[in-house]
Amino acid sequence: MAQTLSRPQNLREWFAVALVWGAAALVTAVFCWLLGDIVWHGLSHISWTFLTAPPENAGRRGGIGPILVSTCLILGVCLTVSLPIGIGTAVLLAEFTSDHSLFGRITRRSLDVLAGVPSIVFGLFGNAFFCKTLGLGFSILSGGLTLACMVLPILIRSTEEGFRAVPTSYRLSTAALGLSRTTTIVHILLPAAVPGLLVGLVLGVGRAIAETAALIFTSGYVDRMPESLLDSGRALSIHIFDLSMNVSGGDANAYASALVLVILLLAINGTASWLATYGLQRKAVTV
Amino acid sequence: MTPVEPITGPRARHPLEERSVCQGPQSLIEIDRLSLYYVDKPAFQDVTLSINKGCITALVGPSGCGKTSFLTCLNRLTDLIAGCRVSGRIMIDDLDVMAPDTDVIQLRRRIGMIFQKPNPFPLTIRRNLVFPLREHGLRDRGQIAQTIETTLRDVGLWDEVKDRLDSPALALSGGQQQRLCIARALALLPEVLLMDEPCSALDPLSSGVVEDLIVSLRSRYTILIVTHNLTQARRIADHAALFWVQNGAGRLIEVGTAKQIFEEPRDPLTAAYVSGMRG
Ligand SMILES: Nc1ncnc2c1ncn2[C@@H]1O[C@H](COP(=O)(O)OP(=O)(O)OP(=O)(O)O)[C@@H](O)[C@H]1O
Ligand SMILES: [Mg+2]
Repeated sequence: MAQTLSRPQNLREWFAVALVWGAAALVTAVFCWLLGDIVWHGLSHISWTFLTAPPENAGRRGGIGPILVSTCLILGVCLTVSLPIGIGTAVLLAEFTSDHSLFGRITRRSLDVLAGVPSIVFGLFGNAFFCKTLGLGFSILSGGLTLACMVLPILIRSTEEGFRAVPTSYRLSTAALGLSRTTTIVHILLPAAVPGLLVGLVLGVGRAIAETAALIFTSGYVDRMPESLLDSGRALSIHIFDLSMNVSGGDANAYASALVLVILLLAINGTASWLATYGLQRKAVTV
Repeated sequence: MTPVEPITGPRARHPLEERSVCQGPQSLIEIDRLSLYYVDKPAFQDVTLSINKGCITALVGPSGCGKTSFLTCLNRLTDLIAGCRVSGRIMIDDLDVMAPDTDVIQLRRRIGMIFQKPNPFPLTIRRNLVFPLREHGLRDRGQIAQTIETTLRDVGLWDEVKDRLDSPALALSGGQQQRLCIARALALLPEVLLMDEPCSALDPLSSGVVEDLIVSLRSRYTILIVTHNLTQARRIADHAALFWVQNGAGRLIEVGTAKQIFEEPRDPLTAAYVSGMRG
């Protein structure tokens, strides 16, 4: 890589190059140190029993079985709700709303603001609306729905970008064949917009799965195995928070749980970028 | 008006190659004082023209004189462009194209369009043809298979692709892609084909193949072709129309048989253009 850059001519360029590489090295180092620390402390505690057994003694011993189940259920609710709404809104914004219309401008602006709202605000909103007003109480359903609200802005905006990146020639050629708008969207535009959708999904899910503040007020922290979506369930991030803050002697299991969370995140990222490359490959042939 | 052949009906083909059709000309499309504006900027104004059935009509003229815009009026693709306004009248047989209650889906089935850049869908070769057919209501597997073979034979692609119908259409060469796009349009049994510089993105060899294909479609279809290649226009067209930008908007300068336009142009602009002085 260094060879492809032109060789620095003088001191100032040397300095600039050193600065750029230094910054990159620093970022990588911080990440490695963080990861290393978690792996170092956590790896030895991870076993099949840890992944499946229920926590004991407030989580000091035992495993994270029910917590993993709750986390997946919360994520499942979040995706089931946010994907259709997200894709629908993105289609509305990208295909049926002109850039300059009032509706489009207001919606986009609101989404951008919402995407930046701190998660604790979503947590309080979720608590007031889903738990109290809708009477869902502290439950996996409330938690998942709150996360959906949090993830939607990111998901919608990047899916919309995905739709906008599809060349106009597709729309013209389908229209010229007398195909309806709906057909075009479902069969041609949606598959081509998949990479954008995946980017939004990774960002959104990444944010959701690591979420603590929004879940504390909505899905609660009961660490029993949930029996239905209306049961309270403790998410992985909350478990880590609880173990490291409230439970003395819970550090080892906190590290192990953190490692599981990181592995989950990396796995989701990896799957999505694999899917995206696959999707992009299909698209790349177009050009 | 001849009713639109239902796509689900018997897949009747139009009779093959009858050069005669174009010798006793019979008008199919009547365009009356057509103008098109993009927001407030006119693309072309006041075009009155009649297109003969079964003939190849070439539209020529310098870049930006509104040829593409003109074609998109005929199948109302202009509906898709925000801020685009069209005035005037287009009659195909006795179908009023611009009328608000015209069924654009059926209109676009009757009028196929081929674009400058080949634009097959990112699907397999087979799916490229099946997808529009199904959407227009053809479900019968036998008829679909039959149509695929006939149209691919019509465009001379059958022998080249019959063994790889299920490979991606985008893996075909540019010329093959363009012929696939023509097949895709033909599969819907259109009466009119609009071709916007169909050869200009192709190498000379593929361009020649597509050109021969267009000639072979004469008289089965009414063809409007935009081309910057005057020798090509001269070779294949029965009629020719010259557009030119005057006072900031495209105008129809002269229209006539190809022979007359290219050999004894009446308008000095046409004379200059076809002699290559201002090409
Ligand atoms: N979507 C659009 N929005 C605004 N103006 C447009 C649009 N499409 C075309 N125009 C303008 O309308 C005029 C005619 O364009 P058009 O594409 O019809 O010309 P053309 O004769 O097809 O040119 P070429 O030979 O280069 O393809 C041009 O001045 C162009 O800038
Ligand atoms: Mg053009």
